[in-house]
Amino acid sequence: MTLTNPPHGPVSPPRPPVRTARPSVMQRAAAERTRTTIGRRRIVNVVMVGVTCGAALVATLPLVFILAHLLKAGASSINWDFFTQIPKPPGEAGGGMANAMVGTLVLILAASAFGLPIGIGAGLYLAENRGTHLANAVRFLSDVLNGLPSIVMGIFAWQFLVKPMGKFTALAGGIALGAMMIPLVTRTTEEMIRIVPVSLREAALALGYSRWRTSLIVVLRTALPGIVTGALVAVSRIAGETAPLLFTVLGNQFWSASLREPIAALPLQIFNFAISPYDQQHALAWAGALVLIGIVLIISLAARFATRSRFGRGGD
Amino acid sequence: MSEAARPLVTTRPDDSGIAARIEGSAIGDSVYRWMTTGFALCIPILLLFIALEVGAAAWPALKAFGFGFLTSSEWDPPHNIFGAAPAIYGTIVSSIIALVIATPLALGVAIFLSEFAPSWLRQPVAFLVDLLAAIPSVVYGLWGIFVLQPLLRDHVMPFLSGLPLIGQTSVFEGPAYGPSMLSAGLILAIMVLPFISAVSREVLMAVPRSQREAALALGATKWEMIADAVVPYARSGIVGGIILGLGRALGETMAVTMLIGNVHKISASLFAPGYTMASLIANEFAEATGDLHISALMAVGAVLFVVTLIVNGLARWLVWRVSRETRS
Amino acid sequence: MATEPPRAPRPTATVAPPAAAGAERIRLEATALSAFFASAEAVRGVSITFRDREVTAIIGPSGCGKSTLLRCLNRMHETVPTARVSGTVSLDGQDIYARGINAIEVRRHVGMVFQRPTPFPTMSIRDNVAAGLQILGRDKPSRAETDHIVEDALKRTALWDEVSTRLKDSAVGLSGGQQQRLCIARALATRPAVLLLDEPTASLDPISTQKVEELVYELRRDMTVVIVTHNMQQAARVSDRTAFMLTGELVEFTATNTLFTTPSDARTEAYITGRFG
Repeated sequence: MTLTNPPHGPVSPPRPPVRTARPSVMQRAAAERTRTTIGRRRIVNVVMVGVTCGAALVATLPLVFILAHLLKAGASSINWDFFTQIPKPPGEAGGGMANAMVGTLVLILAASAFGLPIGIGAGLYLAENRGTHLANAVRFLSDVLNGLPSIVMGIFAWQFLVKPMGKFTALAGGIALGAMMIPLVTRTTEEMIRIVPVSLREAALALGYSRWRTSLIVVLRTALPGIVTGALVAVSRIAGETAPLLFTVLGNQFWSASLREPIAALPLQIFNFAISPYDQQHALAWAGALVLIGIVLIISLAARFATRSRFGRGGD
Repeated sequence: MSEAARPLVTTRPDDSGIAARIEGSAIGDSVYRWMTTGFALCIPILLLFIALEVGAAAWPALKAFGFGFLTSSEWDPPHNIFGAAPAIYGTIVSSIIALVIATPLALGVAIFLSEFAPSWLRQPVAFLVDLLAAIPSVVYGLWGIFVLQPLLRDHVMPFLSGLPLIGQTSVFEGPAYGPSMLSAGLILAIMVLPFISAVSREVLMAVPRSQREAALALGATKWEMIADAVVPYARSGIVGGIILGLGRALGETMAVTMLIGNVHKISASLFAPGYTMASLIANEFAEATGDLHISALMAVGAVLFVVTLIVNGLARWLVWRVSRETRS
Repeated sequence: MATEPPRAPRPTATVAPPAAAGAERIRLEATALSAFFASAEAVRGVSITFRDREVTAIIGPSGCGKSTLLRCLNRMHETVPTARVSGTVSLDGQDIYARGINAIEVRRHVGMVFQRPTPFPTMSIRDNVAAGLQILGRDKPSRAETDHIVEDALKRTALWDEVSTRLKDSAVGLSGGQQQRLCIARALATRPAVLLLDEPTASLDPISTQKVEELVYELRRDMTVVIVTHNMQQAARVSDRTAFMLTGELVEFTATNTLFTTPSDARTEAYITGRFG
């Protein structure tokens, strides 16, 4: 290899010129080529930093726009009436979404009653039976359930509950939402239980605790804060779901908290108002969206804060 | 033994022996085992139920139309003729648009966060991007109707159709009223971006130091290290993330329903309205006329179920494979 | 007794030194005990006796099976998947591995303290000490009795003065040494017949270590104590008899004095003189 044929690929730094003579023309040319190559590569590097930074900026823009617009369009309609009144007939001013908020609360409770026991129980099973075939299968299927489109959940609930019962009910919506909670709660429960050190289990067993007592009274109690956080995150996710509610709870223009009747729900009401032709209902939709996002954001932030301080104390 | 040392428990080892109290702990343990196993089994049972119920409800339509259900574009409820091709087409096209727009952005964000960003910036920006995933679909739809769509209709679409050469193609032709494949694809892109970004970020950060240091030691610039060493190593995980995003895009309902126009038509133009499988069900189910109509919608749901199953399974497998490799 | 060799000064005790060997009855006895992890034999045919009102130390290099042997004595070994035990362990004449014997009952009579302090993080100091009492079913003491037992146990472990004013506080707020003494108090609260200690001072500072050693020495007044330690000086300080184990076998088992001054097995001598460890 001579200096007239510099190797391709990663370039080694140019050899220092031989002191005894002036650098030859060819040596100087090679050094010049290397300098420009390095220079060009450095420019590419800087450009790519800028490009990725730009991507990050563009990616955060929609969030900023959406939140800003929500505040602008929705804040003006948030008043005492919004939280206490039911919607007025189209064309009439005023009204609120109080029944929808109550309805969402009822649905969350129904969903939790169904989804939390199954999720926590399954999470306990997965954490304590790791490596068994059944546990691996259940974990995989839980992920499958998680990826199921929410509309499919809705038509399932319709077929399974609404059709046989002959009417739309809050119960059907609650079951659909609860089923969607299960994979989330299962995953966080399993993780939180696994974090509890084996030494704690052993200490309980050595005291004469039976296995079920060890699991429930010692391990579960220790992992409870994390599990509750996981449950809250799951709740915040299903609180905003609309598709499973479309043909299960139907929506309700009046006050209702019964599980056996159609019920209003915040995201459903937002949808109905958004596609209606009335401006006044559009305004209510914005306000509702603002409230909904507020709830979701608060729970997300709280969950993040809770898990961060947990790891700050030396988690895994 | 002294008084103070007498054991508390009545079954002292030296008189009655360590009697086996089978009641109490053994029964408790059995019950506990059965209960947790039972709860765990609820998951496969639930999935089975879903598959069976949707499948059984879909069967009449599938039997009536056979494979043609997937290829026919005729959707005529009064005459009981149903073909889901436009919905399938729309699902695919809107998802592709979403992936084409979201993937480079998501990758850029992921690379920025895992490689370039200073540590004080990393958490807040990651949090903001992940927050996009927390916004409910209906809120995206609401914003889409009143902000995104007018923006597209008034500025972006005229701009696109005014472009030389590509503006004249059938992709950008037709009146731009607002509801369109383009707006649906765009909103899907925003919704799918945080998922691709989160998975990519994770796999990029999991690339071992040794890989990075080897590239740097050879004299590579930071960008070259990323492009030549880090990203290829994380490649299957990133692909897994993209497929995960695809899975989400396929099943997204509310925002798409509010933006796509809900018309049973296959058009080449992105400005034209259309349908997706999810939005078709959402739009027509409540007012379905007749059992076959409902069955047809159920059949669409069944197709959606199977497709997302396969896509999500593929994504999970890819990501799982990467995590296994990096662990070993 | 044989001339006492020079060793570290014993902690002050009000108890008379143990009587001549054989005077106390045997409370815990292992006969041809072997313990397996799947097919790996960790304890090989060990036969050993533990007498009432005696502290027995088990020493040996790491991996020799001393902890595994200890865990066989309260049936903790079987909590590990693929664990197996053969041979017998008798507590007051009863084989604890016999059919029909519940491991949980065994563990209420044979208490254990582990290497790392493990207070229950969600319970207060008082509830931690009382934790073993809550599960006694119909033998469960009343609230007043429990308080009395808790105070008793904390006094024995020299914790009472330090925590009496904050019994309702979380146990996690205590220092490492305090937590370990709490764990010992917790084990003592149920008045077990035998107390097993698995390297209890391994993670403690010297002052806490000394306090725990004093406690162990005192506990011989009314129970059988078995302590596994990798610290030979500790074994010499607190125990009456010492067992030396090597690769799962019991090499030598005799009075502590004798083992450390005139061991009969060459391997024992090699270990205690530090030729390997």
